Amino acid sequence: MGLKQNLHKLKEKYKGTKMAPAFNALHTFLYTPNDTTHSGAHVRAADDLKRTMNTVILALIPCLIFGIFNAGYQHYAAIDATLRLDPLGNFFTWDNFILGAWTVLPLVIVSYAVGLGVEFIFAIIKKHEVEEGYLVTGMLVPLIVPIDIPLWMLAVAVIFGVIIGKEVFGGTGMNILNPALTIRAFLFFAYPTWMSGDKVWVHGAKAMTGQPDAISGETILGTLAANSHPVYSIWDMFWGFIPGSVGETSTFLIIIGGLFLIFTKIGSWRIMLSAVVGALVMGLIFNGVVDQGWIQDGSKFYGLMSEPFWHHLIIGSAAFAIVYMATDPVTASQTNKGKWIYGFLIGFMGIMIRVFNPAYPEGFMLSILLLNVFAPTIDHYVVQGNIKKRMKRLKVKTA
Amino acid sequence: MGLLSKKDSKLILDPLADNNPITIQVLGICSALAITAQLKASIVMAVSVMVVLAVGNVVISLLRNVIPGKIRIIAQLIIVAALVIIVDQVLKAFAYSLSKQLSVFIGLIITNCIIMGRFEAFALANKPWRSFLDGIGNAAGYGLILIIVGFFRELLGSGTLLGFKVLGDPIAKTGLYAFGYENNGFMLLSPMALIVIGIIIWVQRSRNKELIEEH
Repeated sequence: MGLKQNLHKLKEKYKGTKMAPAFNALHTFLYTPNDTTHSGAHVRAADDLKRTMNTVILALIPCLIFGIFNAGYQHYAAIDATLRLDPLGNFFTWDNFILGAWTVLPLVIVSYAVGLGVEFIFAIIKKHEVEEGYLVTGMLVPLIVPIDIPLWMLAVAVIFGVIIGKEVFGGTGMNILNPALTIRAFLFFAYPTWMSGDKVWVHGAKAMTGQPDAISGETILGTLAANSHPVYSIWDMFWGFIPGSVGETSTFLIIIGGLFLIFTKIGSWRIMLSAVVGALVMGLIFNGVVDQGWIQDGSKFYGLMSEPFWHHLIIGSAAFAIVYMATDPVTASQTNKGKWIYGFLIGFMGIMIRVFNPAYPEGFMLSILLLNVFAPTIDHYVVQGNIKKRMKRLKVKTA
Repeated sequence: MGLLSKKDSKLILDPLADNNPITIQVLGICSALAITAQLKASIVMAVSVMVVLAVGNVVISLLRNVIPGKIRIIAQLIIVAALVIIVDQVLKAFAYSLSKQLSVFIGLIITNCIIMGRFEAFALANKPWRSFLDGIGNAAGYGLILIIVGFFRELLGSGTLLGFKVLGDPIAKTGLYAFGYENNGFMLLSPMALIVIGIIIWVQRSRNKELIEEH
């Protein structure tokens, strides 16, 4: 008997019992159900919620694999700086992969085990089917945290994010805030020493603090906020050979993932494009301020403000946030016009927060959470505007 | 309770749970968010509010036939203000550091919705003894939530209770800290107080479904 039969038997065995949702979820996650609806008109489509989620996960896999190599690479390069002279040659090595897998995979496992555990418990208590919402969140979470975050902290944050960010609102599809970002925001405010500074982005840096061979790795945003110049070339930043959260460093792979999401019509190109435009506009404004001489070298905003505007898209998590976080269909605006406004404001405010408050090393986390809250309001006014326009048209016609 | 009639004991017990000023009536939230980062401050706040509310209720009740309806809010305000100033001065005299820590929030008891609410809703229409019990009951319900929130916020946020290092020393790495445990800084921020209160409301309503509002 194959796995499918076994799962099916298990499902039948637990039918009607308390544990039924758990086995149903396992079964439908791997296979299409054996039975179909018998009555009524219904649409059969392959792109159900699970398929949608799996597509996003596929788009994230390159970032994860790159993140694994990068975790190892950053560690070894921090010890031996000569590795940085030839990043490409020293990047895809077994050493990097083994160290990276050793540090990144536990994050993935904890994220999924804890998050799905909470989902299963809630499904059983509330007697509904297990919702698929956590599949993507579970993959996003390890990609947006610093490499050395203690696993218990991650577990606490995941429990908090899934319960407070999602379940209290009614589960998948009802949440106001993006759960993955809720988890990250929780970590950031609860354990700031593990989420910012120059000791958390490279594996081992925090543990080795104070030793003679201590290593550190400041992110580019951190370096710029301190008004000094990053040591990485713009190509390093684009390919992603830089310290940062696990999966967000490689702008190149994120662009590939973003194109994949647009091509499969899973992610909204309107949000991505308008967010990019928003970020560029804000960057241009800051560049303009610097060009006008309104702000001098030595001012605490100078470093970030004078950075050429388009650099902002490849440093920090801007690209990752725009492609994978802002496009979350549940928390984004639903109307097309709303998506333009929503995306634009995310980019605009993301850069604004990044520059004006370097204490919050990534503005995009906060700008997306903020716009998540405003998305229903934006939709409301777009819909009302449309109703008004049509009423006017109706009046002209009937008059 | 042999001491109190059934009707009277209801005055005290009701606000503790099923008619709690914070979790059911959602009054007095501001101070519950502001001063609950530490258990000690929560307790002092709870006691202060209890004194003000119980004494204020009695005074209002005694004067209820004298106060003209048109200016009753001003009259109530003067009474609360007088009582709050007394409490503030007592704290300054006997617990100076604590009064520094509670800073403006003792003064802001004047604006605590629970107090004006009880004056208006109860003391103006009831006899002094019942008003006194009502004041004690509502202040206890308020204080109970404050103390629960303060307990969790101090325990998880600072790892202490009433200043005692119950989870070990974070710097010397003893107790739980030896295993890599760290304090949750988020607990010390006001948003977390709101979330803790939200969780209390959630637990309370899921235990007693009758409390769930229909809308």
